[in-house]
Amino acid sequence: MDGETEIGHKIVVIEKEISMKLRKGQKLKETLIEKFFLLNGILAILILLGIFSLLFIKGFPAIRELGWKTFFGSAVWNPTSYEKARYGILSLINSTLMVTLGALVIAVPLGVSCAAFISEMAPPRLREFLKPAVEILAGIPSVVVGFLGIVLVNPLISKVFGVSHGLNALNGALLLAVMSLPTIISLSEDALRAVPHTYREASLALGANRWQTLVRVLIPSGLSGIIASIMLGMGRAIGETMTVLMATGNAPALTFNFLEAIQTMTATIAIELGEVPYNTAHYYALFVIGFVLFVMTFLVNLVSDLILQKYQEVER
Amino acid sequence: MKRKWSEKIGFFSLFLSGVLVLFILGVILYDIFSKGSGAISWEFLSESPRQGMTEGGIFPAILGTFLVSLITVVFAVPFGMFSAIYLHEYARPGRLTRLIRLAIRNLSGVPSIVYGLFGVVLFVQMMRFGTSILSAGLTLGLLTLPWTITACEEALKTVPKSYREGALALGATKWYTIRTNVLPYAIPGMMTGMILGLARAAGETAPILFTGAAFFLPNLPKSLFDQFMALPYHLYIMATQHHAIEKVRPLAYGTALVLLGMVLLLNISAILIRYRYRQRMKGQS
Repeated sequence: MDGETEIGHKIVVIEKEISMKLRKGQKLKETLIEKFFLLNGILAILILLGIFSLLFIKGFPAIRELGWKTFFGSAVWNPTSYEKARYGILSLINSTLMVTLGALVIAVPLGVSCAAFISEMAPPRLREFLKPAVEILAGIPSVVVGFLGIVLVNPLISKVFGVSHGLNALNGALLLAVMSLPTIISLSEDALRAVPHTYREASLALGANRWQTLVRVLIPSGLSGIIASIMLGMGRAIGETMTVLMATGNAPALTFNFLEAIQTMTATIAIELGEVPYNTAHYYALFVIGFVLFVMTFLVNLVSDLILQKYQEVER
Repeated sequence: MKRKWSEKIGFFSLFLSGVLVLFILGVILYDIFSKGSGAISWEFLSESPRQGMTEGGIFPAILGTFLVSLITVVFAVPFGMFSAIYLHEYARPGRLTRLIRLAIRNLSGVPSIVYGLFGVVLFVQMMRFGTSILSAGLTLGLLTLPWTITACEEALKTVPKSYREGALALGATKWYTIRTNVLPYAIPGMMTGMILGLARAAGETAPILFTGAAFFLPNLPKSLFDQFMALPYHLYIMATQHHAIEKVRPLAYGTALVLLGMVLLLNISAILIRYRYRQRMKGQS
């Protein structure tokens, strides 16, 4: 009898040990799996840092060697000149800002009112149709939009304004407006939809009509979300390459006239990187442009992010 | 009375802006489809360009775009999925998680041409892949990664919490729960995200300009380290760089139609999958 209980006892102990070991193994496996996913999680941070540091490493020596003023104190971009290469990027920055602002002037009123239409006014069936339409518009490749800038918008501009050709800043701004519209529409619509129902009902109950409710209650309440959507649309416009490359004429001159040809930062990189030999001053200068471009879009995105976060905190 | 009029005028202008957006989309689609369909033929789809690209087809460009997209998917999908699983299933709220999300949002805002620069330095020069299908595909993979992560996370969000709790309460481990009770239900949602990412990657031009796309190649690519022709790049060349631009305009329209058709098909199928999937999830939860 005694021996039997002892054996039974031993078996129980061994079983416990085995299950402990099994559980330990399992725990180890679970931790390893979690670590594996964590590694993938921080990949995004690594890539962002990688892009930043590569652009910096490639661009900074050029700035140090040629001086800040060469890049940021001049508007003459002529890196292939035989006498003296000039690397002033002010005209390129100016061009980028021109088409971006031009695009926003068109896309913001149109986009926000379209968002208001979808969220407040459109009958359900029309909404079911409009929302995918906006998504499809977002999916049209930029090179196709640029192509239409050449074949459709170009002759239209030269006819309407009586200029010899329509590949200019105005053309680029119109195309960028189309490119940034989907971003502005869908995010503004989200912002309007996120306004609590009670706001809407309270306003209507006080005797305001639907238009007054929209303009005085819903849009102010959703304003931070709308502004964030505009910032994101702006970031997209700053970074757009193919449309402006194809439609703006590509003449790196400092101008404020929308009917003249310009050359944006993105277009400059796109045109010239394919032609310069690796590791020349011109090559590094293009990375300086890339770095400035990266910083610009990064700041725009960061601001929109901060606005959105603040707005979510208020909502909670 | 005045109030009523302002409401009417205001709502009418909203209506007009909705119509205008539809009109813009309509013009784009109509122009490409009406002028491009004339160029489409079996020969156009299945043959190489001839006579300095003034005749023949665009088959190498279609093949190139397909191959590059394949690399993009092979790279972006697993990493995007794993990253999303970490963010939604494992990550605890805190500084690291906030930082990761910030990085993802900012990555999706980085201009495509900057990805091109990055790809040139990292893949073409440092890793010595040269200008090739592999370099271009990996560059596009980086570009689509933030979208893939976001889409996969959205899909994970739609799986009800009770699915996880049920398995955990029965003693299943976390990974077992995710593998058997979460992922199978999130896969269709992830698929739509991937298809949308693929559509975007297929239409991108700027990142492949210097990482591997070629003007014209007499032969089809034989390995991943060869250069390739791509539909969007081909369209760009035909529209701006060709020596006889007016003469090849129909071919350019045809190329635009094939590219647009491909992208639209992918987009619409993603929208349809998502729609059906939502209906199903509604019935379950």
